[in-house]
Amino acid sequence: MQRIYLDHAATTYTRHEVAGEIAPFLEKKFGNPGSFHSIGLEAKKAVNSAREKIAKILGCSPEEIIFTGSGTESCNLAIKGVAFALRKKGKHIITQKTEHHAVLNACEWLEKEMGFEITYLDVDKFGMINLKQLENAIRKDTILISIMYANNEIGTIQPVKEIARIAKKHNVLFHTDACQAAGFEEINVEKLGVDLMTINGSKIYALKGTGLLFVKKGTKIEPLIHGGAQEFSLRAGTENVLGIVALAKALELAQGERKKEAKRLIALRDYLTKSLLAKIPKSILQGHPSKRLPNNANISFLDVEGEAIILYLDKFGVCVSSGSACTSHSLEPSHVLVATGIPYEIAHGSIRFSLGKRTTKKEIDFVIKKLPPIIEKLRALSPVELSKKDVGR
Amino acid sequence: MKGFKPDVVGKEGWFYSEKVKDHFFNPRNIFKTKEEAKKYKADGVGTIGSPVCGDVMKLWIKVDAKKDRIRECKFQTFGCASAIASTSILTVMVTEKGGMKLEKAMKLSPQDIMKRLGGLPERKIHCSVLGDKALREAINDYFRKTKQSERIKEEGTKIIDKALKITNRDIEEAVLDGAKTFEEVQKRTKIGVQDRNCIPEAKRLIKHYRQKHFGKQG
Repeated sequence: MQRIYLDHAATTYTRHEVAGEIAPFLEKKFGNPGSFHSIGLEAKKAVNSAREKIAKILGCSPEEIIFTGSGTESCNLAIKGVAFALRKKGKHIITQKTEHHAVLNACEWLEKEMGFEITYLDVDKFGMINLKQLENAIRKDTILISIMYANNEIGTIQPVKEIARIAKKHNVLFHTDACQAAGFEEINVEKLGVDLMTINGSKIYALKGTGLLFVKKGTKIEPLIHGGAQEFSLRAGTENVLGIVALAKALELAQGERKKEAKRLIALRDYLTKSLLAKIPKSILQGHPSKRLPNNANISFLDVEGEAIILYLDKFGVCVSSGSACTSHSLEPSHVLVATGIPYEIAHGSIRFSLGKRTTKKEIDFVIKKLPPIIEKLRALSPVELSKKDVGR
Repeated sequence: MKGFKPDVVGKEGWFYSEKVKDHFFNPRNIFKTKEEAKKYKADGVGTIGSPVCGDVMKLWIKVDAKKDRIRECKFQTFGCASAIASTSILTVMVTEKGGMKLEKAMKLSPQDIMKRLGGLPERKIHCSVLGDKALREAINDYFRKTKQSERIKEEGTKIIDKALKITNRDIEEAVLDGAKTFEEVQKRTKIGVQDRNCIPEAKRLIKHYRQKHFGKQG
């Protein structure tokens, strides 16, 4: 069976060019970059050159890049690392309600266990924060603002440059989680004005279990993992040479192609969205109509439940994800959708389509053909009959 | 719990058993359209759940009054695969072999349904605990309509969660099933997900039943 993967926001495959780049590091250049012999040196050179490559892309110096084990780890290092280093200066952090759990749960832990105060900013119905609210939330003891670049579920892109300006004005550090944005958006840290930025490999066609944190020179930050002096003593442990080389190659390719690829994906995404909204009554696009990731379409189908839709699509080889409670480990539907103010009963029936490099118009046509009868079948089976008015949209 | 499949991907690389899949993709005793459901003349109808919680089940029954057996049972479910599959199999259970006696149908438990489905992943159990309630509602509705009010059995003795009509009996069953904390009872019953006001009362009852059945250390 032909399989159509529309879950690139969950993770991507490793692209061919990246696989080629890392091949020598499996059996031949396997050394520990910390070793003093030639095999170690080979690995060290590879890590150094990857770091330089990424520094060039981000517009920073190589010492400002810390390689980690995931986007989640980078977010944790940024938030807890800064919190520990600046706890004497202040114990207030500002974030917002639709962040990834890597940010939310790190903040919650600081709040519960370490006596920090966290402000979780509201978002509007598109998932966008309000800059005035942000500025008003800043206090004398605010040490960090952590606002994501682009949302993983609904694709909404936050005004990162403006947030950075406000943070700078009030002398507060600013971290942005750019995991979903790195493949499509501007990630030059100087142009953005960020102090800390998280990127990971599993969303940009590199490897899972890899990430990086940009830490601007002079930023006070404590390590979370203690041990050797790797990563400028901010992240101990033998370097994941393979992952680091992959990350550099993937980022280089992604940033080189991003404008062209974004244009291609936006056309496909809008075609998918428009067709589904036209063909399926009582369907609603979630997220921002234009300020959204080129590859993200999140659509709610009233009266049906997301997991059921996923399984029917999977039967046809189409892989998507849902904001329904049944696909999560909690009993609650997606915190992101709930934060945008949509009722629970709609959040349960939301499907995220995230497109990728291999996505073709033919694949999108297949989804447009297969999904309407699935929704129709599930609706005939459903005792629920909501109307768009009932749900305020 | 004995006989339950763990929350992992099975041999077929699928989250659910073949039986659950079969009843999910080919649900029995359903209507082709919503209009057909509206026109259906039933002897009793029962609805339970709320779209807010992600599960709603509605059952229609036709009763053979002479034999006091269920003759036809139709359903609609808003919910995930296990919710749909468990209601589908319930309709089969009550209509097969000449139809189930009403007395027996009133006593059907979520465990009976799950056993017939061949088990469900642990975190999906709460999705299958509503079907039997919808069935009792439908039978009570039939009793009401046929003026057999002496046969009506209201849910449990006291409704704790007003949104999902979860009773103290349901909480007791969950505790007997091994649930130790409120969170564990919630996983099984969905209690307090919508009706948050019931949480303190539910917690008190859990403590009570833990002590009743497992002694003071509970």
